[in-house]
Amino acid sequence: MKARLISWIVAAVLLAALPPLLLALGQPFYLDLVRRIMILAIAAISLNLILGYGGMVSFGHAAYIGVGAYAVGILGFYGFFNGWLHILVAMAASALVALAIGAVSIRTSGIYFIMITLAFTQMLYYLGISVAEFGGDDGMRLKQRSQLGIVDLNDPVQFYYLALVLMLLSVFLIHKLINSRFGMALRACRSNEARSRAIGFSPYPYRLAAFVIAGALCGLAGALYGNHINYITPSLMTWEQSGDLMFMVILGGMATTAGPVLGAFALLIVEEVLKGWTEHWQVLMGPLLILSVLFFRRGLAGIFYKPDA
Amino acid sequence: MTFSLVFEQLLNGLQFGVTLFLMAAGLTLVLGIMNVVNLAHGSLYMVGAYLALAAAQWTGSYLLGAALGLFGTLVVGMGVEVVVLRTLYDRDHLDQVLATFGLILFFNELIAIVWGRASLFASPPSWLSGHIDLFTGSRYPAYRAAIILVGLVTALILWYVVTRTRLGMLIRAGASNRTMVAALGVNIRLLYTVVFGFGAALAGLAGLMAGPIYNVQPGMGELVLIQVFVVVVIGGIGSIRGALVGAIIVGIVDTLGRAFLKPLMATIISAPAAESAGPALASMLIYLLMAVVLAIRPQGLFPARG
Repeated sequence: MKARLISWIVAAVLLAALPPLLLALGQPFYLDLVRRIMILAIAAISLNLILGYGGMVSFGHAAYIGVGAYAVGILGFYGFFNGWLHILVAMAASALVALAIGAVSIRTSGIYFIMITLAFTQMLYYLGISVAEFGGDDGMRLKQRSQLGIVDLNDPVQFYYLALVLMLLSVFLIHKLINSRFGMALRACRSNEARSRAIGFSPYPYRLAAFVIAGALCGLAGALYGNHINYITPSLMTWEQSGDLMFMVILGGMATTAGPVLGAFALLIVEEVLKGWTEHWQVLMGPLLILSVLFFRRGLAGIFYKPDA
Repeated sequence: MTFSLVFEQLLNGLQFGVTLFLMAAGLTLVLGIMNVVNLAHGSLYMVGAYLALAAAQWTGSYLLGAALGLFGTLVVGMGVEVVVLRTLYDRDHLDQVLATFGLILFFNELIAIVWGRASLFASPPSWLSGHIDLFTGSRYPAYRAAIILVGLVTALILWYVVTRTRLGMLIRAGASNRTMVAALGVNIRLLYTVVFGFGAALAGLAGLMAGPIYNVQPGMGELVLIQVFVVVVIGGIGSIRGALVGAIIVGIVDTLGRAFLKPLMATIISAPAAESAGPALASMLIYLLMAVVLAIRPQGLFPARG
């Protein structure tokens, strides 16, 4: 336990030391990349709560990135620029959407659950395309980034540190959550549904609550991501984006605290390296992902320690 | 909104429905029998469209092109089964989803390398480029009518094969208890490869027929695939009858929604509001339908096994 805490502190210090280093080297591009990775890591952390600890294979998690980003864009469109309001609305709206999708999907399981979460996200994607007010297919530029007061999101370094702090906070909160009574009940429902019913836990409310919490946290990631790219577009909600989030969790190691963060870094860095080689990087990425599923089942975190659950 | 217009849109819905059915039949067979979620089913649809287009240009004959495209998709499908899918039978659905997601990236990019990212133009053969007269007095494109015909005939053949032949008996037996079938001396591995190949060929058939109507481009399969998921969820997993009914319901609801929802809403709410709300609601219609079906019957309309 202590070793893990130390490795987290080392990682945090390294990430915190990155901006001055990169700026001194004249490489602001990598600052941008790491900030994007950390924001998407928050989304992966939220997905890990339901996918890893809850055993719910949601193939539609990009929906909440979209809802969070659109919350920022739409509020800005009507002239509201208060960043705290943006974050509040992004998380509340994502929680509501997750409640609606979850209430229907969690009644089913297995293949149905996968296909239904995918289908609902596709529905939101088409909704984004067909609402012309907010740019439709082309998307819409933010009028300005969220105004948070203490942090200026137009400053790449300040935004970077905000993303870092929020990512570490998400890791900590989800870690606390899954070790609480609620988290234990959730994990029990995943390991053995019949037994957890027998000792008096009905899985449905626990799963739905986890689904809503994950949605809200991913909505926060969405609000940050919208600010990061300074743009909102339906393509935030594509099935590829949902698949990427799933791969981050799997590559890093399901149901581990560090897994989603490691996975986000691994996936996006490999992607960046391959993009540097060839325009047709996906023809290499596809087989790589297949091989990782077939032969690298415990993920990166599995190298360091056994899963928590 | 005259009767002939509604009838024409109903035919369009049926045409879209049979295309969805050809996809859904293969997907549901593979799901029901091998218990594998194959996201790359949409890639086979795309492969079918591209191979048929290339073969038609090469041979100069539409029918020959279609036949070669169909055969090519069958071969690609069997290859995919032997190389990747076979290792996934014992894995959970999550692994299957992820590995076949990797397959999609691979196929889309491979197609982009060979044929480029721009959408290609496929034309129907000259002998199907005309129109046929409907009894309502209006005219309907012969090519779309041909798709409906081919789709319905394929559905009939599929029904015959699954319920009346030895292969169909093995397929149904494999779906209900694969261990027992293997114990009785059936080469279940070969059976799986054959079934997967046929499923791929059905997807290829849907793709090559859809080519002249929709865009032939990398990623064309995934747009259809997600609608096919809706069909399978509505119809019930593993059930061909469910796939047929689900496909036709989804095809007609989607087509009629896109055609008539906006004018219908304009009679209730103001025209500008309908202008923006109509298309939005129309594109969400089949997913809302899915939610309603799930709320009432979580196992779909025709679950394969009670």
